Formats: sequence, structure tokens, C-alpha cells
Amino acid sequence: MSSNAYANLHWLPQPPENFSSQCRLVSGLGAELGCSLQKLASYRLNGNQLSRLAKVLSSCRSNRRPLSPLTPFRLGILSNSTLDFIVPALEATALRRGIALECITADYGQVIQEALSPDSVINRAKPDAVLIAVDLRYLPLRTVPGNQQASSEIAAETLQHLQAIRDGIRENCGAISILQTLAPLPEGLFGNLDRVLPGAPRQLIDAVNRGIAESIYGTEDILLDVAAIAETVGLAEWHSPRQWNLAKLPFADELVPLYADHVGRIVGALRGKSRRCLILDLDNTVWGGVIGDDGLEGIKIAQGDATGEAHLAVQRMALALRERGVILAVSSKNNDDVARKPFREHPEMLLKEEHIAVFQANWNDKATNITAIAEELSLGLDAMVFLDDNPMERGLVRQILPQVAVPELPDDPALYARTLSAAGYFESVTFSAEDLKRAEYYQDNARRITLQKQAGDVDAYLASLNMEITFQPFDKTSRSRIAQLINKSNQYNLTTRRYTEAEVADAENDPQCLTLQVRLADIFGDNGMISVVICRRSSPSNWEIDTWLMSCRVLGRRVPEMVLQELLRRAEFDGIEKLIGVYKPSERNKMVEDHYRLLGFEQVSSGADGLTTWELQVRDAEVKGAPMLVRSIGFEPVET
Amino acid sequence: MELSEVYSRLTAVLREVFDDDEIIARPELTAADVDEWDSLKHIRLMLTVEKTFHISFSASEIGNLKNIGDLATLIHTKLSRH
Repeated sequence: MSSNAYANLHWLPQPPENFSSQCRLVSGLGAELGCSLQKLASYRLNGNQLSRLAKVLSSCRSNRRPLSPLTPFRLGILSNSTLDFIVPALEATALRRGIALECITADYGQVIQEALSPDSVINRAKPDAVLIAVDLRYLPLRTVPGNQQASSEIAAETLQHLQAIRDGIRENCGAISILQTLAPLPEGLFGNLDRVLPGAPRQLIDAVNRGIAESIYGTEDILLDVAAIAETVGLAEWHSPRQWNLAKLPFADELVPLYADHVGRIVGALRGKSRRCLILDLDNTVWGGVIGDDGLEGIKIAQGDATGEAHLAVQRMALALRERGVILAVSSKNNDDVARKPFREHPEMLLKEEHIAVFQANWNDKATNITAIAEELSLGLDAMVFLDDNPMERGLVRQILPQVAVPELPDDPALYARTLSAAGYFESVTFSAEDLKRAEYYQDNARRITLQKQAGDVDAYLASLNMEITFQPFDKTSRSRIAQLINKSNQYNLTTRRYTEAEVADAENDPQCLTLQVRLADIFGDNGMISVVICRRSSPSNWEIDTWLMSCRVLGRRVPEMVLQELLRRAEFDGIEKLIGVYKPSERNKMVEDHYRLLGFEQVSSGADGLTTWELQVRDAEVKGAPMLVRSIGFEPVET
Repeated sequence: MELSEVYSRLTAVLREVFDDDEIIARPELTAADVDEWDSLKHIRLMLTVEKTFHISFSASEIGNLKNIGDLATLIHTKLSRH
């Protein structure tokens, strides 16, 4: 994750193509206006898009449209530079955190005057807070190389000046101040000596910044650490001499969205909008690999393994957040006992069950699980952050539960922890003993809770994925991938029969066999081959389903139903009257225990070893698929 | 990049900056023709053009522009120098 990823807020999803027209439409809305504005702000918006959204907000405001449930906040801004691009960005960005922000600005350069005069624009407006957005060009920071005494005096004088502004605001309008640290200029004087020599540029700015931070601690006023933001993206990126000269922009225009997001975090935190609970996916998020398929020995969390280290970094960050009062929960598509196993038995796991307040491992959709977690913890959905490597799960939760923050993640897990941190979900303006205790309060839990009802319209979401499912008989090209799936799939595997590539080729050429390889593509890309089926003609009119397996990546998409529809089409064509299915329990395939029942098969027998046999009459079968485009390739044509 | 493509991308930029889907980049277009085109929007336009075409302008280059035709030519020249 480069500085570019910070500047462009890469943890937010891309805006839709029709963002401008959505902005135009939103003002026509009634009750849902506030929520819709917040939703529009939740995208990765550039300066122009933020301006557009701010324009909509301000027209809604001047037409006195109700903006609930957004929380109003009035922010005065004092500055020595051009705010015209920054103010709209601040107002639009604050929507992201559920704040209807209104900025009040004073005339250019009027900082101390505005603060000290009781009837100034800012003081008369009685804002909730005042942002003192001054930078080093405003303050009397003369460099006095080698002069210790003068350097101390200049620093003290600068700090007094800032203190006078804060006091003036406090006295004249009662607002709290938000003070900024100073981002040093990349242009040095001596070079490396600049930080050492009293009175040299860096030494002076370091002293002032330290003084600002100390003057904030223990007061109601708040720090906006501009120096830290600028360091993160790089001082050379932050300061643009061209843009300062052209229009007195205090920092590069490309970084306005990031700056505005930071102001939004602070205002949000002041109004209790910071997130309080981190919900973690497990497979490929907390550890590398899939516990249900790879097993305890196969998943990656070890030190010394690059992928393992990446996931350990996620765990370390989750633990550190927990220690400062963020509640941890788990939402994973797994069997409960399988999902808990690494927490209990893997020696390298940093996260333990006792760190997790609610542990939801089941096969329900994640929106339903997240709703249940929020209810169990008595927290709003707007207090939740959901971390998941799978774009389909992220999309589902965003669509059904827009209040939940769901960071976009880059492909490389090495950047997961950084991305989570860059998003600033857990911004805090204070830290108390109570925060430290919160983690203990949720100790000893790892509760599992019963789900009530499905959280939202999953079908509508599935329809929006533009899924395309492709059925094909086994062929030479795919033989090795088919064999690989047959030998690797553990969880969604009805019989766990393993075949060599030669045996796969035999099935391919056996006229008594029907074979299916299934592929699935969607808006996130091509999932490749995700399911394999082998049926053997056990009598002239029956097929016995020898093998039926599926990749867990595509759970919850109704793929089994689609596969059954295809099987029924093929069965009719081949004059088959009955499908016979077998569930053969293994250590890892409990999740498909009810596979045939859910598809409408009747149970006909059960053996002592847990083996169950099921039948479906082809003629009577009814199966509800999902909205997706179906392609059948390489079969004899079916009369329809 | 062909000059015609510069114009078509400029149209997209103008629409983004002025939030107006009717606007079309043509050589004789000037700030006087667009209501919202004040000095600040002009800066915004320049910054958006720089970002879109991955180029940058000096203050004097910006100061010498009379209309969209000048801007398109300047972009075209800068791009062909790469």
C-alpha cells in the first residue's frame, strides 16, 4: 500500500459509474434522504465528486429538508490559506460518518482577529468546534541557526500565539478548538543537521509540534495531527509549491479527500460515531488457507512464512485494538468446531477464544450473522467494522447492511492490517480507564448465538452479481484440475471419493457415466472450476451420484440448485427416472449432511456408519435456482 | 494521443468539473461561456486536467491560456514530448 493508496482512500469502494446522476436524484428523496447522502459519501470520491455531493447537501439544507438520522455539527474554520476546495470536501466527507457538517469560515487570513473579537463571524455563529487550520506559513517561525535561546523563545512565542487563539474561542463562543500540528517543508537548510541544530527548521518545528501536543493533553481541545498525515503520504506530496503559488492551497489538492476524512474522523468521534467492534472473517483473513480443507497443519499462520506473517499481523492488530477497548467478534462460514480448532490448538495463533466476544461460525449469510452479533452486543450496526478477504461477502454486507463499515482489501494479505488501520474506523478523542476494562468485560465469552431471521434480500444481491454458470462434461484439457478438486475438496464433498487422473479419464470416456465440470463467473471475476459431479448408471433408468463436490468459495450462491437443474435436464435427455444420492460422512464434511434433503430428495436408508441414501424422482422434481446465465457446452443438445 | 482524443477527454473533464452534461470542449470555448467558471473553478479545472492527462502546467503556461483551443494544444504538445 503506497502513499497513493492513502491519498485515494483505497479502503473505500469505487463510486458507481453514474455517481453524478445519483447525486442529482438524491435530492428528490423524502425520508431516506439522510441515509442516501451517507451512502453516496461512502465511496472513494475525488475532489470534484466531493464538491458535487456538498452542493447537494447544501441545497437540501437551504430548502430545510430533514436530514435525519444524520447528526448536525457546526464547524468554524480559521485559516491562512484558501479553503474553497477544502470546505465542500469537509462537508461531503463528514456524511461518511453520519454527520451533517456545516462549515463557517472567516475571511482569508483573519485568524487571531476572529478568535479574539466577540462579534466576529465565527464567534457569533456559536459553532460546536473551531478548526484552527493554520500552517507554518502563518506562524512566526524564523530560523535562527545555532541560537538555542532565540529558538526556545520563538517556539514559546508560537505556542503562546496558538494558545491565545484557543482561549479567545473558548471565551467568546464556548467552542472547543481543533488544533493542527505543522507539516515541515521538504526543503531543508543544512540538510541532516536540520533536526539537530537549535533554531534550524526541523528542530524548531519538532519543538512546536511537541508543545502543541502537550498543550492539548488533558484539555477538551483536540489535535488534528497534520504532521502525521503529511509524513504518511510524504512531505514532498503534501506540500505543492505550484498550488500554493497559484491559489494559496495549503497542501496538494489531491490530498484534500484524505485530510477531510481525518477531520470527519474527529468530528465523528466527538459525536460518538466511531466504530466499536471489529468482526473478523477467518479463512484467508485471520489465517492463510481454508481450515475446513487444509486442516490445522495446512493453514498458514507460522512465523517465518510470508503469508503466515501477513495474517499474524492482522491478528496482532486485532489484539492491540482489543486492548484499547475495541470488541472483537468472528463471522465465518465454517462448522463451529472446525472454526474454533485453530484458536484452541494451533500453537502460533495469537488470537484465542477468550478474546472473541461473539463467535459465529455457521453456513448462514454474513449479513444475518452480523445483525445477530450486533444484537447480542447491544451495539448498533453503525458501530461495526467487517473485515473479509472475499469481495462477494463484502459486497453482500455492504448492500444489505450499509451501516456496517466494510473496508476494501488489496489482493496481497501483507497489506490487510495496514488497510484496516488506514481507514481510521476506531478514531478516538480520549482514552480512559474504562476503555481498558472493556476488553475484560467481554472476556470468557466466545458466545455462539442463535440466529433469528435472514437479515435482508440476499436474492436481490445475487441478481446484481451477474453470475454466469457453465456446465461441461469432463474433457482432456480440464482433467488435471478435476482430479485436483476431487483429491483436495473436503468440506462440500458428499462422498469424499478420491480418483487419480487416469480414473477421471475413465469416467470421461465411460458411456455409463454422466460427468459435469462447473464454472462460475461474476462481476468480481472468474471463479474458475467450482464444482464437479459424476453420476453412474446403476440400472437402466437410475443414476447414482458417485461424486458431488463444490468449492466453499461459492457457498450461498445456490450453485447446488443450479447443478441439480442441469442434472435433471441431462437425466430427462438420457431417459433417467431416478437420481440416487449418497452422503458418506467424513471428519470434515458435516456441512453437507442435509445437502440432499435441502434439494428435495427423500431419504430411503441410513447405515450404522452414518451413511444415508436419498432418492429423487426426475419427473416430480422441483428446484428453485438463482438468477444467473446458464451455459451448457459440449453436451448432446436437449430438446426443450 | 490524437488532438481529437484530447478534446473528447477534455469534454469529460469539463463535465466533471462544472457538473454539466451538456458542455462540449470546442476550441473557442472560454470562461465567459460557462456560468460557473470563476477563478477558483479555473484552478480546479487545471488540477483535474493535470491529473487526467498525467501532466503538469507551470503558472505561466496557465496564465497564457485564452480558450479551450489553447489548452488542448498545450496538452497535445506536452503529451507528444513524452
